[in-house]
Amino acid sequence: MSANLSAIFYLISGVLFILALRGLSSPESSRQGNLFGILGMIIAIVVTFLSIGNFGNGFIYVLIFILFGGSIGAFIAYKIPMTAMPELVAGFHSLVGLAAVFVAISAFLNPDAFSLGSPGNIKLGSLIEMSIGAAVGAITFSGSIIAFLKLQGIMSGAPITFKGQHILNAIILISIVFITYFLCLSQSKNLFWILLAISFLIGFLLIIPIGGADMPVVISMLNSYSGWAAAGIGFTLENTALIITGALVGSSGAILSYIMCKGMNRSFFNVILGGFGASEQSSSNQNKEQRPVKSGNADDAAFLMKNASSVIIVPGYGMAVAQAQHALREMVDTLKKNDIKVSYAIHPVAGRMPGHMNVLLAEANVPYDEVFELEEINNDFANADVAFVIGANDVTNPVAKTDPQSPIYGMPVLDVEKCKSVLFVKRSLSPGYAGIDNDLFYKENTLMLFADAKKMTEDITKNL
Amino acid sequence: MEIDPFIFRFSIFILSIFIGYYVVWSVTPSLHTPLMSVTNAISSVIIVGAIIAALAGNSESIFNTSSIFGYLAISLAAINIFGGFLVTQRMLQMYKKKKRDK
Repeated sequence: MSANLSAIFYLISGVLFILALRGLSSPESSRQGNLFGILGMIIAIVVTFLSIGNFGNGFIYVLIFILFGGSIGAFIAYKIPMTAMPELVAGFHSLVGLAAVFVAISAFLNPDAFSLGSPGNIKLGSLIEMSIGAAVGAITFSGSIIAFLKLQGIMSGAPITFKGQHILNAIILISIVFITYFLCLSQSKNLFWILLAISFLIGFLLIIPIGGADMPVVISMLNSYSGWAAAGIGFTLENTALIITGALVGSSGAILSYIMCKGMNRSFFNVILGGFGASEQSSSNQNKEQRPVKSGNADDAAFLMKNASSVIIVPGYGMAVAQAQHALREMVDTLKKNDIKVSYAIHPVAGRMPGHMNVLLAEANVPYDEVFELEEINNDFANADVAFVIGANDVTNPVAKTDPQSPIYGMPVLDVEKCKSVLFVKRSLSPGYAGIDNDLFYKENTLMLFADAKKMTEDITKNL
Repeated sequence: MEIDPFIFRFSIFILSIFIGYYVVWSVTPSLHTPLMSVTNAISSVIIVGAIIAALAGNSESIFNTSSIFGYLAISLAAINIFGGFLVTQRMLQMYKKKKRDK
């Protein structure tokens, strides 16, 4: 296949990837979009085979490796529970990063195969692109591994900080630039390995100080990195499909990180520098007098809801932990049978990744047109009878609107307190991730339901 | 004077960033998780580079140091391609509209 023809096919597959993302603008078109994406991938792979034109034994091995990896991937895709989606995505990011590193190593060792020159005499431009792709890929890999371990609970979600952390990171980042420079001058293999090693190290160091609830930002950021790594390799291989895809994924991840940061009213650098939620915890809990709270049981909650005409449900990460989404849907079905209007309010940073709550509710067969974003539903709280907060905390805290001293001041929150009554399902009065007390607990119209989210929801359904 | 082909590729890159910017802003927030899994799947188009690494070397043996890295990258990218697209499909199947028959 001529180089020009294959370039045109790579362009087509790039366009199909754009359409795949475009499809996600609404749930109806999204399934078709995904098919476009699959088609684009098939075109890219087939064209690569045809343009290499090597259908010997090596080709058979390539197919075997594709089937081997593919069956692992397919198995994971079917088995994974929806609550584990953040871990899965983090894990997948690490694989893209590592694949980019491997391709870069291979191109560095055998540049003839990619027509980039000969070993020790690689074209300067290609070497720069290759180094960038490899370094970003390595950072993506080790960073995603840490994110995965934190989300999976193998590693504590608490931020790990130490003295001189930022200075150390800055020194390593600067040295990456210098090593790349000397690598390009000397073409030395050793410098290439050193570059990879410290890139792995910095990926690890960058993510450890970031706490569990900031993971939405981290995952989006790593998503973006995996795109830039792919684009770097795309420049090395002079492949348009990879360049287009890398740019799409890179900007997609960047936008998601931006949306997540805005949802917390924090700057990107504030999140990346980390340590949030660790230091404030001690200071804010002191000098707080014990304030009275009203607590109730499933019976009280069922009574309140039965007499309501509209209920708004506010799910959070706690719902995912307790796997309460199905029990919640059953409760809502019972409410609907009693002609009670039910809607769901989702905060942008609820859960551990963008859109986490939406997927869980969709899994429990909640129709997506009953689920609303913060801006769409915030005015409705004043007219609703009951707000049912299940597993959310900081995103409902009125302090964000009233107390300029609070670390979450200015963060957009759901106006839950405007409801006639608030039911708050929580295991204890402990503060949420931001380490601050939630004023909502002590309001006149709040009834605390101290229990596991799933069990409490089931009990309420029984009492309805 | 001729323009370096790099400049053309760089132009594609910059324009694609802008396409990505506008396309992603139009993605509905409720589909942000599928967005992440599908971007994951498509960024595995890096398998193209892995296939070149595995096959295009002109050495006699099928497995040499550089092609082995190619084969490893192929299996990693394949996990992502199949896993990414299938899990996206599985998620998207769950997004349903309210039944209007009541």
